[in-house]
Amino acid sequence: MTRITVTVDGSTFTDDVEPRTLLVHYLRETLGKTGTVIGCDTSNCGACTVHLDGRSVKSCNVLAVQADGHEVTTIEGLAQNGELHPMQRAFHECHALQCGYCTPGMIMQAIDILKDNPDPSEDEIRAGLEGNLCRCTGYHNIVKAVAAAAKAGE
Amino acid sequence: MSVSPDALVEIAEEVIDGAPQDDGARPEIGNRRLRKEDHRLITGRTRWTDNIILPGMLHLAMVRSPHAHAKIVSIDTDAAKAAMNVLGVFTAADFPEGMGACANAWPITPEQVTPDHLPMIGDRVACAGEIVAAVVARSAAAARDAAELVDVEYDELPAVFDALEAMKDEVLAHPDKGTNKSAFWQLDSASAGSGGDVEEAIAKAREDGIVIEREYRQQRLIPAFMEPRSTVVDPTGEQITMWSATQVPHILRFLIAATTGIPESKVRVIAPDVGGGFGGKLQTTPEEFITLAVARRLGKPVKYTETRSESLVSAHHGRDQYQKLTLSATKDGTVTGLKVDLIANLGAYVAVVGGGVPVLGAWMFNAIYKFPAYQFNCQTVLTNTTWVDAYRGAGRPEATFGIERMMDELAAEVGVDPLEIREKNWIKHEEFPFTSVAGMTYDSGNYEAATARAKDLFGYDELRAEQAARRESKDPVQLGIGVSTFTEMCGLAPSRVLGSLSYGAGGWENAAIRMLPTGKVEVITGTSPHGQGHETAWSQIVADRLGVPFEDVEVLHGDTQVAYKGLDTYGSRSLVVGGEAVVRAADKVIEKAKAFAAHLLEANPDDLEFAGGRYTVKGTDQGVGITDVALATFASHNYPEGLEPGIDAEATFDPDNFSFPHGTHLCAMEVDTETGETRMRTYVCVDDIGNVINPLIVEGQVHGGLVQGIAQALWEEAIFDDNGTLVTGSFVDYTLPTAADTISFVTENTTSPATSNTLGTKGVGEAGTIASTPAVVNAIVDALRPLGIHDIRMPCTPERVWRAIVSAGSHDGAAADAAQPHFHDHAPSNADPGATGEGSAQ
Repeated sequence: MTRITVTVDGSTFTDDVEPRTLLVHYLRETLGKTGTVIGCDTSNCGACTVHLDGRSVKSCNVLAVQADGHEVTTIEGLAQNGELHPMQRAFHECHALQCGYCTPGMIMQAIDILKDNPDPSEDEIRAGLEGNLCRCTGYHNIVKAVAAAAKAGE
Repeated sequence: MSVSPDALVEIAEEVIDGAPQDDGARPEIGNRRLRKEDHRLITGRTRWTDNIILPGMLHLAMVRSPHAHAKIVSIDTDAAKAAMNVLGVFTAADFPEGMGACANAWPITPEQVTPDHLPMIGDRVACAGEIVAAVVARSAAAARDAAELVDVEYDELPAVFDALEAMKDEVLAHPDKGTNKSAFWQLDSASAGSGGDVEEAIAKAREDGIVIEREYRQQRLIPAFMEPRSTVVDPTGEQITMWSATQVPHILRFLIAATTGIPESKVRVIAPDVGGGFGGKLQTTPEEFITLAVARRLGKPVKYTETRSESLVSAHHGRDQYQKLTLSATKDGTVTGLKVDLIANLGAYVAVVGGGVPVLGAWMFNAIYKFPAYQFNCQTVLTNTTWVDAYRGAGRPEATFGIERMMDELAAEVGVDPLEIREKNWIKHEEFPFTSVAGMTYDSGNYEAATARAKDLFGYDELRAEQAARRESKDPVQLGIGVSTFTEMCGLAPSRVLGSLSYGAGGWENAAIRMLPTGKVEVITGTSPHGQGHETAWSQIVADRLGVPFEDVEVLHGDTQVAYKGLDTYGSRSLVVGGEAVVRAADKVIEKAKAFAAHLLEANPDDLEFAGGRYTVKGTDQGVGITDVALATFASHNYPEGLEPGIDAEATFDPDNFSFPHGTHLCAMEVDTETGETRMRTYVCVDDIGNVINPLIVEGQVHGGLVQGIAQALWEEAIFDDNGTLVTGSFVDYTLPTAADTISFVTENTTSPATSNTLGTKGVGEAGTIASTPAVVNAIVDALRPLGIHDIRMPCTPERVWRAIVSAGSHDGAAADAAQPHFHDHAPSNADPGATGEGSAQ
């Protein structure tokens, strides 16, 4: 067991974890942050995407011990004081989700895209989402939502 | 807060005299309402099955066979049992009483060969991924670690994977059955009396007409819903509760009772938030039965969540057909007959509706066309592969692909535009209702209108001109235009029709409406959404019908204790059947409440009219709102003699016909003739799905459907190696399309309302998937037809396209005739026809 201290969605947690524990398992099973989900076992789907110190990571690709001393934001920490994050609002308004399983990862990744490039083209949005799989929407409205959020942020 | 009965009466009386509570000015139906479901999903406050944690809950891990066909010699569980935090290791031997069975609910013939499908295998595994042992531990990680310690000795048996190989009956998937052939099913228009003799039509066309013969392969696909399947069983107390990531909580509950002997009333099944299904979650699975059995044995809650790799090999697959099609026509391109011969791979077992899925093609190969003669033959076969069942479209994409490819081939043979050949043969809008050669009565449609609109949006003539210019200039990047004018049958289904097909259930749907005293309305639906947005759409329907605010309607579903009667969600049935049940329940509420309203208003019920949520006495401004009536019946201090004090209602709707969405899809593909790479340039579809409740949701359904169909055309295929190991066993190898692979679409609707339900809706869940696959392949073939290429086997990867181009290079590329091989003088080979259809290897 290794002791780690991680700030998740604004609260700081200290836990003893098995060194092999993935960040996503730590979030879901130890902290009950079940908003972040698991969709595959090969790091392809991106459903578990969270922010580590403000940048998107697939939390199945990070060990919990690697997050020691760092700050994690999950989908559950995005809305502030009941106010949705503009990207959450854009996903809602553009009908960018159906079953919603990929949505937490998609939103976290989409926010990251705009950090690098506040005014992306459709191709740039699509390239930026390439590591996140969705089976419901055909991506059409997800791309639209990211573009809408970018426009709203101007 | 407590309210005294007297206060309630006062409130009721006060409201009766007050203003109408809702002006009902804007109909909800047709609104682009943002979804009610979204908030929990975009904030992460979801109830996926895998999120559930119960006191004392244990975790399961499965030990699966790596072999496709093998006898189990021994299973040594000692090391696993000794591992830390392991509570038990179970094999089939530990359950001599059995643990239920994965039932086939649709034997397509009385003689169908249907191997028993037990959840856990003790003697002989028939496909890779079958479960031979289950480890239960205090954590999922501990269970998985210990599962590695279970030592199973297998004695491998010869195995068969391909349907055509299986047809030879040389290697048997189930040796005890003596054959791999499960069932043969035929529809012949001459014997059915719905049309002429297809053999005569073909013989006549061979003498003086056109005969097109083609073989197409519908590759095997994997539904690949994003949420892996998960099941939690809580056996605590008198009633067992099962949460499962399923499309079919009601069917699951029924089949658990029917195959385990547990009384149905002692089982509650809950489908909480479910992350996609696409048919892939309409199965009752070994994993569900095993989790149930282990939880009951230990008396503790148990959870099982599959890994993606487990999901890809063990959740049922879709498609996997060989099609042999013979189409006869006069020289001007008027089709005179169609003969269809299918061989469908069922995998190792006949899944819940696995045998019936290819048979659904019987009513769909004739599509939108007026074929005078038709025959459909379907042979289902068993192999040592993952079981096959419904995947988005279920039988209709396979049929639509076949016929829409054939219509393009006929157009090329006649030398006319593919849309012209279709129009020559399709049912004209003034001919509806039209009884097809397969015996289906299409109630409504307008193929002309959808096609005209699609051509406009697409810029059809301009793109054809560009195609001609590129051909002329020998541009290495050629342009192809693909057409797909599809129809499908939705709204499963008239129960009587299902009965005549030996289907094991009905096709009705149930709904109930509870009028709460506070003015809120609960709608209970037997459909079980997993991304479709029923909570929003059903609210819109009820808001309009009852004249209550959209926000005041709550839709409850997916819990057999709450939604106590239902047949769940699949086959684009939910709105068409379940939505209509909601309408009928609402109408019953209105009718029941009318008697109370009349009583409260001291008027004759016949003098009341209902609009905008309010009963008014005709010709006066005297009235009462329906929610006030609900409150009055809650108090029930004053209600009409002879009536029970309540206005809640329930309705069960059984349609008298299917619905028949249709549409025209146009796709432009650029094909690089030097590299084989393809690029989608434009995709336009105009779907006629009848009346639309929520255009926003409809668009989303179409987009997602399109990409799944396009993925079949271009990227996806489940591949087994020579040992029966699923090579595409992870998301690294089973290549779901990404945002970077796809484009934005142009979607529109025309409207010919359905007549089988009062909403006039037809269903939209599968349309995109059904239509898009042939549109894409037709476009690629269209780009390459001048090279003498008439087919590319799916998925049309750059390698396959490139090989087709290279192999066509040996032909006289300029000869249009080369694009139309005729092989009626020899039996078409069942081998991969290759790029040119002449049996050349790829």
